[in-house]
Amino acid sequence: MRHIISTIVENKPGVLAHIAGLFAGRGFNIDSLAVGETEDPARSRMTVVVRGDDSVLEQVRKQLGKIIDVIKVTDFSDVEFVERDLALVKVAVKPERRREIFELCEVFRGKVVDIGAKQITIEISGPEKKVEAFIELLKPYGIREVVRTGRIAIARGD
Amino acid sequence: MRERDGAHILMEVLKSEGVEVVFGIPGGVVLPILDAFYDPGMPRFLLTRHEQGAGHAADGYARATGKVGVCLATSGPGATNLVTALATANFDSIPIVAITGQVKTFLIGNDAFQEADITGITRPITKHSYLVKDVTKLGECLRAAFHIARTGRPGPVLVDIPADVASAKTDVEIPDSVDLPGYKPVIKGNRRQIKRAAEAINAAERPLLYVGGGVIISGASELLRQLAFKTHIPVTTTLMALGSFPEDHPLALKMLGMHGTAYANYAVQESDLLIAVGARFDDRITGDVKRFAPHAKVIHIDIDPSSISKNIRVDIPVVGDASDILEGLLELCEPREHEEWLAKIAAWKAKHPLAYKPDGLKPQYVIEQICEISQGKAVICTEVGQNQMWSAQWYTHRYPRHFISSGGLGTMGYGFPAAIGAQVGRPDALVVDIAGDGSIQMNIQELATAVYNKLPVKICILNNGHLGMVRQWQELFYKRRYSGSTLNGNPDFVRLAEAYGARGARITKAEDVRPALAKAFADPSVWVLDFVVEPEENVFPMVPAGEAIDRMIGGMA
Ligand SMILES: Cc1ncc(C[n+]2csc(CCOP(=O)(O)OP(=O)(O)O)c2C)c(N)n1
Ligand SMILES: [Mg+2]
Repeated sequence: MRHIISTIVENKPGVLAHIAGLFAGRGFNIDSLAVGETEDPARSRMTVVVRGDDSVLEQVRKQLGKIIDVIKVTDFSDVEFVERDLALVKVAVKPERRREIFELCEVFRGKVVDIGAKQITIEISGPEKKVEAFIELLKPYGIREVVRTGRIAIARGD
Repeated sequence: MRERDGAHILMEVLKSEGVEVVFGIPGGVVLPILDAFYDPGMPRFLLTRHEQGAGHAADGYARATGKVGVCLATSGPGATNLVTALATANFDSIPIVAITGQVKTFLIGNDAFQEADITGITRPITKHSYLVKDVTKLGECLRAAFHIARTGRPGPVLVDIPADVASAKTDVEIPDSVDLPGYKPVIKGNRRQIKRAAEAINAAERPLLYVGGGVIISGASELLRQLAFKTHIPVTTTLMALGSFPEDHPLALKMLGMHGTAYANYAVQESDLLIAVGARFDDRITGDVKRFAPHAKVIHIDIDPSSISKNIRVDIPVVGDASDILEGLLELCEPREHEEWLAKIAAWKAKHPLAYKPDGLKPQYVIEQICEISQGKAVICTEVGQNQMWSAQWYTHRYPRHFISSGGLGTMGYGFPAAIGAQVGRPDALVVDIAGDGSIQMNIQELATAVYNKLPVKICILNNGHLGMVRQWQELFYKRRYSGSTLNGNPDFVRLAEAYGARGARITKAEDVRPALAKAFADPSVWVLDFVVEPEENVFPMVPAGEAIDRMIGGMA
């Protein structure tokens, strides 16, 4: 099963290596990873998406909790949460067909962030499915490059 | 606050942490630190002959005393030589602080001479590590290192100190305590869980205490004894817990598992309640987990939440320190007699005792005599292999912190340097390393350390001319094809001992065993006793790997 594991860690060198090592040492491939400062600059949040056997991931979650620099571990499988991906997509498109792209952007709430003579770059964010659907629709135009961030997730507020 | 350099900050922390001795080997980048040791009133720097020896000595010191062991190595090869010792300590939850030198901060990452990313290399085998790049943070990191090593589930912590940090000066004070937001080990057991455990114990008909090294680390042996005596629950221990319960008591079932006693393994398989205390259901204990303790409810008491339900389903987990939880149980558990259950166990004991054929010079006999002549009071260190398992089986273990052995990692070459550390920590104790002829050669160079420092360790080599445990598996499972397990070219251990300034003796007959031991144990020298034992003796009983633990082969009368 797919798990989104969110950790609050001390903002120190070596922590990312430690966490990545725990997954690697157990033969898990990390599907996505996002790291960023939290509201407290001394702490970062790492959001890891991995696939794996539930009981093995339970062990990984406990091992993560044992790392001295890890302050909190949440597996979002157990809670209600909101998740977001962000992607930048560079598409080859002739000026006369730009309109079509703009229309797609409107529907998906994508944002054009760069326009060149032959290419145009769009920013899109949202749940994974939406981002993927959008990229799918752009494919016929000729995608030159896709850059995606790791997934970020936050528990729903009270 | 007056200014002082990083090396002296290290000395201050060592002194305030009560460190008496640091085992190690110097090198270029740790020269400022070695220089500080030279001042009067500093902890003793005890020079070993290999960094692995220093690491194991710190470990043996920690196991024998309950204090944090400290070792030191230079950057690069010095640091990498510590790796096996750190992994050994980590696996067995032993508190060590390892200080390594590092190249100057501005050279880190430049492939400088003798540079190794030792915090990276040791990350999976330490409890924590620090690379200290700023001298103002050094005191704080060292303080935290000791705190982390010693508390919760103990373990090794590495502090990597670049040469320029060791010589840089600061007037920053060393904090007395540390604030680690991500590190809050649970000590007190949940009262509701303790109550549930007590209810299960009170209701059980065939309960069994399965005790691991956590009981020794927690200092809970006395509480364990009281609980067992009050409830008449029999006790079986892992290798790590030998000595936590007196084996001469009728409730003692000795060790369980792959080379455990038949009666301990039968008791596990028949029990209706298994009370695991500070043990982690290692595969050497459980054999086939699906057929392990099939009738038992399981209570699991452990300080490490990640140990719970890792290998085996647990009905009543209680996370916390063994002492706290056993104290709670002692209060809530009712006195019981368990006559029927104990009678059944007594019958197994009578029918299936540990046994060997006493012909020729048998290793089991040597260990029995070591036990008798030391009156069971020696601090026993072991190497790894048959010598280790026989030491577990044939010595009557009665006291905690008197059996020192590499359990989880199974490190050959551990026993002798660990014995040196144990002797440093317990100068008046009789310290014996029960060794194999293979293992002893992995850190034999420490004879110089023992002799020079007048640490009168007694090395008893059970010389079977083989990597015996490997040979045993080849005999049983590979049609006696002894590939790579014959120790041709062994040295003359007696002359080797003498070359180092130790004393040595070779024993080839059973009747010479007692006089030789008595002489060596009474003598203040380092001794190497070379017992030329039966070359193809096996450790029995034995549960073949992956079998159910009551499917033992061999060694049953
Ligand atoms: C460092 C290391 N290398 C290899 C092994 C694998 N091994 C386990 S027992 C053993 C044989 C040990 O031989 P010896 O010290 O003579 O002890 P014996 O079994 O003969 O008593 C070996 C090679 C190990 N445990 N540790
Ligand atoms: Mg041998």
